[in-house]
Amino acid sequence: MASIAVARRESTFWDTVWGWVTTVDHKRIGALYGITAFIFFMIGGVEATLMRMQLARPEQTLVSPDVFNQLFSMHGTTMIFLAIMPLGAAFFNIIIPLQVGARDVAFPRLNAFSYWTFLAGGLLLNSSWFLGGGLNAGWFAYSPLTGLTYNPGHGVDFWAVSLLVLGTASMAAAFNFIVTIVNMRAPGMSLTRMPVFTWMTLIVSILIVTAFPVITVALIELVFDRAFGFNFFNVFAGGDPLLWQHLFWVFGHPEVYILILPAMGIVSEVLPVFSRKPLFGYPFIIFSGIAIGVMGWMVWAHHMFTVGMGPVANTVFTLTTITIAVPTGVKIFNWVATVWGGQLTLKTPMLFSLGFIAMFIIGGLSGLMHAVSPSDAQQSDTYFIVAHIHYVLFGGAIFAIFSGIYYWFPKATGRLMNETSGKIHFWLTMIGFNLTFFPMHFVGLNGMPRRIATYSAGMGWDFWNMVETVGAFVIIAGILLFLHNFFRSLRKGEVAGNDPWDGRTLEWAIPSPPPEYNFERIPVVHSRDPFWEQKHPHPLGVPAGASQQRPGNRAQQPAVAHAAETHEVIHIPSPSYWPLITALGNAIAGYSLVYRFIPGLFIGGALTMFGLYSWYMEPTVKHENKKH
Amino acid sequence: MSQVAHAPEHPTVTGIDNRKLLMWVFLASDCLFFGSLIATYLIYFGRSVVGPYPHDILDIPVTSVSTFVLLLSSFMFVLSLAAHTRGDYKAFRVWVFCTAVLGSTFLGFQVFEFQHFVHEGLTPRTNLFGTTFFTLTGFHGAHVTIGVVWLLTLFFLSLRGKLGADKNLAVDLAGLYWHFVDIVWIVIFTVIYLTGVALGPGVGK
Repeated sequence: MASIAVARRESTFWDTVWGWVTTVDHKRIGALYGITAFIFFMIGGVEATLMRMQLARPEQTLVSPDVFNQLFSMHGTTMIFLAIMPLGAAFFNIIIPLQVGARDVAFPRLNAFSYWTFLAGGLLLNSSWFLGGGLNAGWFAYSPLTGLTYNPGHGVDFWAVSLLVLGTASMAAAFNFIVTIVNMRAPGMSLTRMPVFTWMTLIVSILIVTAFPVITVALIELVFDRAFGFNFFNVFAGGDPLLWQHLFWVFGHPEVYILILPAMGIVSEVLPVFSRKPLFGYPFIIFSGIAIGVMGWMVWAHHMFTVGMGPVANTVFTLTTITIAVPTGVKIFNWVATVWGGQLTLKTPMLFSLGFIAMFIIGGLSGLMHAVSPSDAQQSDTYFIVAHIHYVLFGGAIFAIFSGIYYWFPKATGRLMNETSGKIHFWLTMIGFNLTFFPMHFVGLNGMPRRIATYSAGMGWDFWNMVETVGAFVIIAGILLFLHNFFRSLRKGEVAGNDPWDGRTLEWAIPSPPPEYNFERIPVVHSRDPFWEQKHPHPLGVPAGASQQRPGNRAQQPAVAHAAETHEVIHIPSPSYWPLITALGNAIAGYSLVYRFIPGLFIGGALTMFGLYSWYMEPTVKHENKKH
Repeated sequence: MSQVAHAPEHPTVTGIDNRKLLMWVFLASDCLFFGSLIATYLIYFGRSVVGPYPHDILDIPVTSVSTFVLLLSSFMFVLSLAAHTRGDYKAFRVWVFCTAVLGSTFLGFQVFEFQHFVHEGLTPRTNLFGTTFFTLTGFHGAHVTIGVVWLLTLFFLSLRGKLGADKNLAVDLAGLYWHFVDIVWIVIFTVIYLTGVALGPGVGK
């Protein structure tokens, strides 16, 4: 076999650090995304735990009401922008080039820039805890609560500016993945042969590049109001606080699908592999994903049913919101039909994916309940809404993310995670999650408002609040077990081999962990499940819905069709520190904007410009690795 | 003049170079950015509680001239791209420099206009019109500024002989951006200036 000499001399500790700082390899950037996002996920978890401890019993004073306001505001922001979105980005980075049969993303250095900018935004946001306190106006930061009059501290500034920085990171990453998926698929991989996870990534990326400009404008308006005395949300000058709500939710509802569509993609990959059946209704799942992406733009005002938009607007948004349940339902039926009659292997990834379906159905049904505006009038701003959002974002997105971690861990690291620990982690999460969030339906319908720092005894909420807090600690036990399993498996896990799950898509055709160049030769794709077809070259005419018999292990057969062209030279993009310098410029400009330090803005801007110019002038490939 | 057939570094699925596709997606994204700013302007149109109002202060003849200057710069850029494509780098430098000069002239008009408005008592803090007007046209001006810097970069790269036939795409990309910024101005000129004045004191208040 051909061998490729990759010059990597990382002898000392600092060489290793420098290697990671300047890396432009999509797999390493994906790992950085994953680790950083998981740390932020745990910070958000600590914030949630503090709130649950405060609310465990009535009239507790563990934290002050002001700190409580910051906790729920920062918890929401952290989980959405610093945990779930970048965990999705970690999967995009590690998996997409492998699934489409490419050697890297379209713009490796832009990818590094996305990560460093994300890190800068995350640190900027969380540094507010040590610099006078975080955002305290809820994660959607309604005007006029965010005005200077009612919020003179810097918490709102930190939030707004860090979201601007994070938006830059998300958009840069989304540009990259759109181009990668549209332009860099292996020969033969038409759009109708693209893996579902790649499809959902494409839809999510399109949503990001269209939705984030809207919140960018909203945040700019907020920052200009606060920093320079503009009048966007100044009611005395005729400004309208509802403009903020509209702009925020025009972004905010596509954002919901930005969070959930990658999860749907992961589940659509895991279910067929562990059912040993092709995905049922592939075109329906794809078109439902597209329909969700389009209709996600038409439902935003259902977040505003109680602000007094009038009966016409409320009716229209009720109807569109009910309609968007249809493509979501189509997907769920297709997943169930995929599993139906399959040869199920209940490994940890499969358990989390099945858990996703069950929990997401519950979240979807409660969502339908407040899609109807009169019903929402009763539920708005109660714990019922908190229950709903956690069933779709924790029971939905986080379950699928864990499924994806267990599923692709062996591909990324070359080792399997421990199955027993994984199963215990699943059951702890499943039980803890339902203990924590299901009772919120009850107390919510019973009238318990969200965002209250405490409540009186005798409201009938005491028992369930205690149950919820106990449930939160069960979840924490699961997370700790997961962390132990993760780090132990990194070193001592069972060696996975190329294809531990008998996978269907291209990433399982190459070694685990993949070499720096991914594919020695770019594969040619002839079907929707290329690697499966290659391993099992005689499809026995299996009808959709039927199960395939487990054939002998023919994974070793080298019946691989490759592109006819022989690549004499593989171009591996050189490491670069300019993305980091450019991101650093953004961070300096960000802090300057928070503290209204105008010279700092120019210094940060100049550094960004300098970084961009040097980036542009730097050759992408300095040396070529000969292959023979 | 030898025409160098320029193949993209890596063949792509669509046949469009990755960088060009990136530029198109970025411009789509920027449409939403300006769309949101224009939506904010329109929502607040006629809702200022104190003057000056649009019809009091906007000067259609002067802005028509600056609009013409910007449109002419797009034409100049078409000439510069054509010159670069046929390998006439001297003509390219002449036209791209003219484009940058016209872009700077437009910016000069804008600086003059902003100063004039401040002198007349309209600042971003005065009323909703001021807030939305300065934000929208200011961000457009920032886009033009970036464009001028980009054009001048191309000019100097070409002077140093670093913008040969293999860099035709770099000129093409700058052109996409420049024409886009130009088109956005046509929308802004129509929405803010022409509509704002045409609707007169009764509505534009």
